[in-house]
Amino acid sequence: MTTFEKIRAIIADKSGEDEENITPETEYTDLGIDSLTIVEILMDIEDEFGVTVEAANAGKTVGDLVAKVEEEAK
Amino acid sequence: MDRRVVITGMGIVSPIGCGVETYERALMDGVCGIGPITRFDTADFKVKVAAEVKDDFDPLKYLSKIEVKKMDRFTRYAMAAACEAAEQSGIVGNVDPAEFGVYYGSGIGGFETFVEEHDTLLSRGPGRVSPMFIPKMIGNIAAGQIAIRFGAKGPCICITTACATGTGAIGEAYRAIRHGYCEAAVAGGAEATIHPLAVAGFQNMTALSLSADPMRASIPFDKERGGFVMGEGAGALILESYDHAVARGAEILAEVAGYGSTCDAHHITAPDPEAEASGRAFSQAMKEAGYTGDDVVYINAHGTGTPLNDVTETNAVKRAFGEDAHKVHISSTKSMTGHMLGAAGAAEAIAAVFALRSGVIPPTIHYEVPDPECDLDYTPNKAVKADPTLALSSSLGFGGHNSVIALRKI
Repeated sequence: MTTFEKIRAIIADKSGEDEENITPETEYTDLGIDSLTIVEILMDIEDEFGVTVEAANAGKTVGDLVAKVEEEAK
Repeated sequence: MDRRVVITGMGIVSPIGCGVETYERALMDGVCGIGPITRFDTADFKVKVAAEVKDDFDPLKYLSKIEVKKMDRFTRYAMAAACEAAEQSGIVGNVDPAEFGVYYGSGIGGFETFVEEHDTLLSRGPGRVSPMFIPKMIGNIAAGQIAIRFGAKGPCICITTACATGTGAIGEAYRAIRHGYCEAAVAGGAEATIHPLAVAGFQNMTALSLSADPMRASIPFDKERGGFVMGEGAGALILESYDHAVARGAEILAEVAGYGSTCDAHHITAPDPEAEASGRAFSQAMKEAGYTGDDVVYINAHGTGTPLNDVTETNAVKRAFGEDAHKVHISSTKSMTGHMLGAAGAAEAIAAVFALRSGVIPPTIHYEVPDPECDLDYTPNKAVKADPTLALSSSLGFGGHNSVIALRKI
């Protein structure tokens, strides 16, 4: 699975949204994701990728988060 | 300032159906919502049955996908009931937000969430406990979520009085409107505790029926009764000042005409068999509602089916009504819904409204063996047309809380 696919699965789990409705352009607010849910998502990302992303650095879109995780994982 | 208070909307999630029309039909037909527990394996449990909310509950009817994720089951039930009630009343957008209150409770709150996050603490450590844990679990969050949904910026209070929660919430909302603290309020309660930990706790305090036969498990006032059956769900009512309802042309379903609230101050779980305080709660509600001997009275009893409750409640009715107690139509709809705990009072207030509006008393089903200590008219097995003029709904909770509301036709 690509980084995007793994992150999409985590976001689908935490938001209840179907995976096919989540794209790199999807904004958190489109899915009703607020700061508390962002923290939940970042916990799972830490477990999945071994990288820590601060909530303040999670950006606005799913694509922003993918880019941040890939950057941190380098 | 004493104002008249009326009901203009109702909503329900129950083990015998979701939505007030389905619920009314089930109550009058004597449908039993009790069956083998499906949520977990009961192999190691003495208790085998419960009254679970069925698949007709669709949380997505009123909630977005992420809201479902972020709400405990009890809040999902609460939101569905509250949204149905608000739709019926048409109150949202037609009341000053500052005059719109919420009086909504739960006996326990987010039980499943509490246990899940405790499991997470043990398996993944403190750094993985969800940031949603606290706001999802706290017992007042249903009240908070309802206020957010409707933009209700008046008083927002969570009542937690165990099994008396729903009735206490309606009674307190009634007083708030009656005395001018708000024009309208969402009132009621929700519960979702059909969970192995909760069932084990209730089972071991010997509160629950051990009958594996769904038709002989919740048998209020029957001599062979052995405890209550765990139920779940939510009820919600829109209470509104009479003048406000009339001014906006709302349909008025019934009047809330009285409320009694007392405490046994006797024992943490056992009711005071003298029934002084519980009888006084009945008397307070009747008196405020202007009871006269000419009233045809229906009591939707607490009637849990525990040996102590049903005889105590019978004695409370006798204390309040004296000789006329034998003329009162009583039933326990818990014979059908099981004990919805913090939701029970709201669900049963709705049943009492049905009785006033249709004139028909819902039955106490599965009643077979008379108990000489419970010798009143419990409307056994079949609904009865009696055209009640006054309906009372009583709830007696662990902690000794006694709450009774009085409803009238309007």
